[in-house]
Amino acid sequence: MSSLDIQRRSATTTEPPQARHSVEVAKLIDVSTCIGCKACQVACMEWNDLRDKVGHNIGVYDNPADLTDQSWTVMRYTETEQNGKLEWLIRKDGCMHCADPGCLKACPSPGAIIQYTNGIVDFQQEHCIGCGYCIQGCPFNIPRLSKKDNKAYKCTLCSDRVTVGQAPACVKTCPTGAIHFGTKEAMKDYAETRIVDLKSRGYEKAGLYDPQGVGGTHVMYVLQHADQPQLYSKLPDNPHISASVQLWKGWTKPLGLAGLGLIALGSFFHFVRRGRKVAEDEYAAREKSLATVQTSQSDQPPAERV
Amino acid sequence: MEPNPNLIQRYTPSERSNHWMVAILFFLAAFSGLALFHPALFWLTNLFGGGAWTRILHPFLGVAMFLFFLILALRFMHHNILKSQDRQWLKQIKQVIANEDEHLPPVGRYNAGQKLLFWVMVLCMLILVVTGFMFWQPWFAHYFPIGLSRLAVLLHAFSAWVLIAGILVHIYAAFWVKGTMQGMLTGFVTRIWAKVHHPLWYKEVSDNEKQS
Amino acid sequence: MTNHWVDIKNADLILIMGGNAAEAHPCGFKWAIEAKKHRGAKLVVVDPRFTRSAAVADFYAPIRTGSDIAFLGGVINYLLSNNKFNAEYVRYYTNATYLINESYSFADGMFSGFDEAKHSYANDSWQYQKGPDGAPYMDPEMQYPKCVLQLLKQHYSSYTPEMVESVTGTPKEDFLNIAEMIGECSKPDKVMTILYALGWTQHSVGSQMIRTMAIIQLLLGNIGMAGGGINALRGHANVQGITDMNLFGANLPGYLASPSDKEPNLQAFLAAKTPKPVRMAQMNYWVNYPKFMVSLLKAFYGPNATAENNFGYDWMPKITGAQDVLALFEQMHQGKLNGFFCQGFNPLASVSHKAKIGQALAKLKYLVVMDPLATETSEFWKAHGEYNDVKPEEVQTEVFRLPANLFAEQEGSFTNSGRVIQWRWAGQNAPGEGKGDMEIMALLFTKLKAMYADGSGAYAEPIQKLHWPYRIPTSPSPEEVAKEVSGYAMADVLDPKDPTKILAKAGEQLAGFALLRDDGSTACGNWIYAGSWSQAGNLMARRDNSDPSGLGQTLNWGFAWPANRRILYNRASCDVSGKPWDASRTVIKWNGKAWVGNDIPDIRADTPPSESVGPFIMNPEGVARLFAIQGMKEGPFPVHYEPFESPLEANPFFPNNAKARNNPAARVFKGDGDNFGKAADFPHVATTYRLVEHFHYWTKHSVLNAITQPEQFVEIGESLAKEAGIGHGDKVRVSSKRGHIEAVAVVTKRIRSLQIDGKLVHTVGIPLHWGFKGVTRPGYLANTLTPYVGDANTQTPEFKSFLVKIEKA
Repeated sequence: MSSLDIQRRSATTTEPPQARHSVEVAKLIDVSTCIGCKACQVACMEWNDLRDKVGHNIGVYDNPADLTDQSWTVMRYTETEQNGKLEWLIRKDGCMHCADPGCLKACPSPGAIIQYTNGIVDFQQEHCIGCGYCIQGCPFNIPRLSKKDNKAYKCTLCSDRVTVGQAPACVKTCPTGAIHFGTKEAMKDYAETRIVDLKSRGYEKAGLYDPQGVGGTHVMYVLQHADQPQLYSKLPDNPHISASVQLWKGWTKPLGLAGLGLIALGSFFHFVRRGRKVAEDEYAAREKSLATVQTSQSDQPPAERV
Repeated sequence: MEPNPNLIQRYTPSERSNHWMVAILFFLAAFSGLALFHPALFWLTNLFGGGAWTRILHPFLGVAMFLFFLILALRFMHHNILKSQDRQWLKQIKQVIANEDEHLPPVGRYNAGQKLLFWVMVLCMLILVVTGFMFWQPWFAHYFPIGLSRLAVLLHAFSAWVLIAGILVHIYAAFWVKGTMQGMLTGFVTRIWAKVHHPLWYKEVSDNEKQS
Repeated sequence: MTNHWVDIKNADLILIMGGNAAEAHPCGFKWAIEAKKHRGAKLVVVDPRFTRSAAVADFYAPIRTGSDIAFLGGVINYLLSNNKFNAEYVRYYTNATYLINESYSFADGMFSGFDEAKHSYANDSWQYQKGPDGAPYMDPEMQYPKCVLQLLKQHYSSYTPEMVESVTGTPKEDFLNIAEMIGECSKPDKVMTILYALGWTQHSVGSQMIRTMAIIQLLLGNIGMAGGGINALRGHANVQGITDMNLFGANLPGYLASPSDKEPNLQAFLAAKTPKPVRMAQMNYWVNYPKFMVSLLKAFYGPNATAENNFGYDWMPKITGAQDVLALFEQMHQGKLNGFFCQGFNPLASVSHKAKIGQALAKLKYLVVMDPLATETSEFWKAHGEYNDVKPEEVQTEVFRLPANLFAEQEGSFTNSGRVIQWRWAGQNAPGEGKGDMEIMALLFTKLKAMYADGSGAYAEPIQKLHWPYRIPTSPSPEEVAKEVSGYAMADVLDPKDPTKILAKAGEQLAGFALLRDDGSTACGNWIYAGSWSQAGNLMARRDNSDPSGLGQTLNWGFAWPANRRILYNRASCDVSGKPWDASRTVIKWNGKAWVGNDIPDIRADTPPSESVGPFIMNPEGVARLFAIQGMKEGPFPVHYEPFESPLEANPFFPNNAKARNNPAARVFKGDGDNFGKAADFPHVATTYRLVEHFHYWTKHSVLNAITQPEQFVEIGESLAKEAGIGHGDKVRVSSKRGHIEAVAVVTKRIRSLQIDGKLVHTVGIPLHWGFKGVTRPGYLANTLTPYVGDANTQTPEFKSFLVKIEKA
C-alpha cells in the first residue's frame, strides 16, 4: 500500500492524505467451525518468516502459550459447560485491527503505527522506538516487544498480501474455511448466515463480535455465545481504549503543553510588567521607609531586620 | 584569597554541584520526556540521537536525576520544614508576586514558596521514579499488570507536568530575584540579598559569624 | 472409502466414531463443515475423549475405548426394533433374505465351528442353505427364523440401551438420542456418512467394529448413496496407495492374494481364488481373477512369462504363514531373521511394545533403513538417556541408513482415502545424497542382477527373469512405472465378440481392466489402477474441477479406481426399478436404455433393472453380506468382546464364559499373554492417538510443528486427577505391564470417567508423537506401553485399548 492509503498515523496531529478512497476489509473468524488445528499459526510463521521457541507444555493445548514477537497469532482453548453441555471453545487470538486503535493512539513515534484506509493497522518497525506504549494502548493485549530488537510486533493482517489482492496467510491456509476475508460489509453479511445456522442449532445467543467500543474491528468473530465474549479466553465484553490511556493521550496533552507555555509566558510578562526583585533597591527603599518609621514611631530597631 | 566581606556563603561547592547535576539531568530527562509527550515536541528526540535512543536514555536520565535529587533532598530537607509563619507568607502570596514584600512575615533560609516547591518536587520525583519503573521497557514493564502500567503512564505524565511547571517557576524565580542565580552558581550571595530575602537566615549566619 | 472426501458434503448426518477427523484429517474435514454449513447436516461424535472434532459437533457422547461394537450393536437393535431401516434396500441389496445353515449357532459368546486348540473357526456352518441347483434359499418376507434378518435381530436383541450404557459408559439418553438421529437416515432422502479411522482398526476386534457399522449403513440403505457409504479416513496421504499396491507379504497389487504353499501351480492358485457364480444372472466380478493375475505376472516378467511356464508363477515366492507386522517381529524376536529392509517405516515407534521391537532388531545381523529422516528405528541401538535406555555394546546389528527423499521431492501419484489417484510433481530436489525410493531399489536390483549374471547363486531366475524395461535401469521414472501399473497390450487385444476387431494394439496403453486378458496379451501392474494412464495420457494428472451435478462428482479430476468410479456400489443409490432413492442426490439412474448420471455406473451400463443384477458385484451373490459367510475370523456377526487388557474381569454379555471375554480368534504369541496387565495393577483404561499439530513421528523433526506442540503430554479427566493428586502441568509417570513413559499432565473436563458394569473407569489419553529424535522436546515412544496383540483378521495392533496406572513422577 502506498502513502496514499494511509488513513491515520501515530503521533501525527494533522490530516492524512484523503484523496483516495478504498473499501474497508475484514477478517471473519467463525469460531463455530474452527477446529483449533493451528494451521493459521504455522501459515503466519511461514509467511512472515517467524520462528518462535520450541516451548513447553503447560498443561493445556495452547502452544506457544502466549503471543510473542514471533507468534502473531495463537489459538486459545477454553473448556466450559453451557446449558449442561461441555464445550471446547477455541479462539484464534491476534490483532483485531480496531477502527479506533488504542496502540496508534498511544504511540509517541510519528508513523510507527499507521492505519490504512482499508482498516489494517500496521506497525512500521523502522519507526518503532520500543517504548511499549502500544501495549498500554491496546484493549486486547496484543502487541509484544521483541527482546532482541525492542521493536513491537503484531499481526499485520498480511498487509503485504492484501496489497496485491491476496487473502492473509491464515485465511488461505485454514483447512475448514473457518477464517474468511473480504470487505467488511461482505463479512458481516456472511456472518449473518452463520448466525442463522447457529441459532437453528440451539445457540440462541450466537452473534457477531465487532465491538463498537473501539469503533468496530477489522477482525471479527462469529461466536456461539456472543452474549458472553469473556468465555472465549477472556475476550473483552466491551473493549475500549482504557480511560487512563484516553486521558493520557487525549486532550490533556495539548492542554498540558499549553499550560507549560502559559507558565513560561506568564513569567515573561511578570518580568516585563513588574521587573526583577533587586535586593539592593529594596534594601535602600526599606532603609528609607525604616528611617521614616523610626523617627515617627519607635526607636527600637526590629531585631529581624538587622 | 580574602573573602569578600559583602558576600556570605549560601551553598557549598558540593551542594552546588549536586544542584546542577540535578538541573542538568532534569533538562535531559524533561526534554527526552517531552519529546515523547507530544508529537509537536518529537523533534527533541534529535537531541538524543533519535526516537529509540531517547526511549533508551530517558529512564536512565530519570533515575540518575532522582538519585541526585534524593541526595539533594536529604541535604536540604531540614531547611524545608514548613513552619507556622510560612502559612502567613503563603496567604500573602499575591503581595509576593506583585513585588510588594514590605508586609510579609520574615523569611528564613527558604520562603514558604520554595519549601512548598521542594515538597512538590519530592512528591513528583517519587511518583516519577516509581511509575517509571512500571513501564520501563524492556526490563521492568512486564512485572506489572497492564491496568497498573496504564495508570502509571498517566501518573508519570501528570507528575512530570507538575514538576516541569514547578521548575519553570523555580527558574523564573531565580532569575526574578536578582542575585539568586549567583548564589547557586558561585555559592555566595550579598549580605543585602540575604537581609532582604531571607532575614532570619541572615541573622543566623551573622550570629554564627559573631560567635566565631 | 466407498465414497470420497468431497462427497461428505452431501450427508445429512455425519457420525465420527473410531476416529477424529478434525485432528487427523483436518483438510478433508472441511467437507464435514461444508455439509453443516450448506446442507444443515448434523455432526455427531462418539469418542472416549471430547476431541477437536467434538468441539465443532452438534452432539457428543463419551464411550469407553474398545466398546464400540456394544454401542453399534445397540444401534442395530434399535433400528430393527423400531422399524427404522430401508426394507426394500435390505430385501434386495443385502443377504437379509438368505437362509443360513441349520447347523449355525451362536451361544454364550461363541459361534459354531470353534476349534479351541487353534483359536480359530471353521466356517462350514456359516453358509447359506442351498437348493439342489446350488442357489441359496431365500425368504423374501424375511420372517423365517434362519433368515439373516431374523438372525441379526436375534443376535443383537441383548444389546439394549441399558446394556449399552453399562458396557460402553455412554449415558442411555445420549445413546438413544444418537440412535434416533441414525434411525432418521433410514428414510430414502436422508443419508448418514460415517467417518472412522484407526480408532476402529486398532483393536483386537477392529475389523468387526467396522463391519457393525457396515451393517448399520446397509440397514439404512446408505451404501452407494451420495453422502453415505462407509468411509475409512486413511492415516497417510498415500496409504490408500500402499494398500492398493499391497506392499504386504500376504497380498499382491490390486488385492490379489500372494501365492502360498497350498497353491503349487497357477491352475491351483486360480481355482482357489476365483469364486463360483451363485446366482445365474449376477455379475460376479472376481470371476475375472485369472485375467488380473496373469496380467500382473506379465507385468512382472514381461516376455519371459509365457503360457508354457505358467507366466512365471513358479518364480513367485510362496508364503508359508502369517506375513503381518506382528508375525514378522515375532520371528525377528525369535532370531529367525537375518536382515531387515525398513523402507519408510519406523517400527521401533510404530509397532506395539517397543521393548520387544528393540530386542527383535538387536537380533538382526543387518538393518537397512531407507528414510528421509533419522528415525528412532535407525538408532534403536543408541542410548538416548531414559528415552532409549539401551547398551550399544550389547547390540551387534549393523545398521545402514540410506537417505531417501521426501514425498514433496518426488514426482508420482498419491491415492487418497477416496481412491482418487492424483499425479503430482516434485517441489524440489532431495538435499544431499537423498535419493528416491525407486532409484534406491533400482540401484540395489541392478547390482543384484549383475551379481547373478554368471548364472550362479541360488534362485537366480526370479531375479534374472524380472522384466526391467526402463530407459535408465538404475533409475526408472515414475511415468514408466505408472504406465506399467495401469497396463499395456503386449500383443494386439482382440474383441471376444468379434475377433477381427482390435481393441488395443500391441504396445498401447489399455483403457481399463475390461481389456485385461489371461492369455498373456496384456500386462497390468495393478488391475484396479487399469486405465489410469490410457492412450489418452496420464488421467491422474487431470485437474478439471467442473462439477455439473453439484455433488462434488468431479469425474475429470485425477482418476479414481476402479474405472474412475467415485462412489462404489452406486447401483444401490437407486431402487430396484432404477430410480434414485433421492433425486436430489442422483449418482446414476436407469434412463430406459442405460445407466447414466454423475458417476461411472458400478454395473454394466446396459444391464436393465429387470435383470435384477445385484449392486454388490464383488460378491458372487450380488448382495451385501449382513451375515458374513466368509472372510471374518471371529464370526459372521460382530460380537462385543473386551479388549485384551480390560478393566472388566468378564465380558458383561457373557459373564460366565471366560473364553468369550476377548476375541476368541485373536492370535497371542507365546510370552505375549504374560505381558498383559491386570486391572488390579493397572486400573485405568488408556488409548493412544494423534494430535492435529503433528503427523506420526515425522513432524517432530520440523520446527514449525514442534513450536505448535513441543512437549509430550498425557490427558486425564478431572476426577482421576483429583484421585491421583495430579495438577495441571504436573509431570506424571504412566506405566503398563510393558514399560513406562513420563510426560506432562493435561487435566481436562474433556475426558470423563465412566460407570462401566457398576465400576468407575478412568481413561488416560496418550498422544503418540514424541520420541528421542527430532526437534521437539525429547519424549518416550508411546508404544512402550501398548500390547503385542492385534485384530484377528488384519493383525493391526491393539493400540487403542490397554491398561495403565498413573502416578506423579
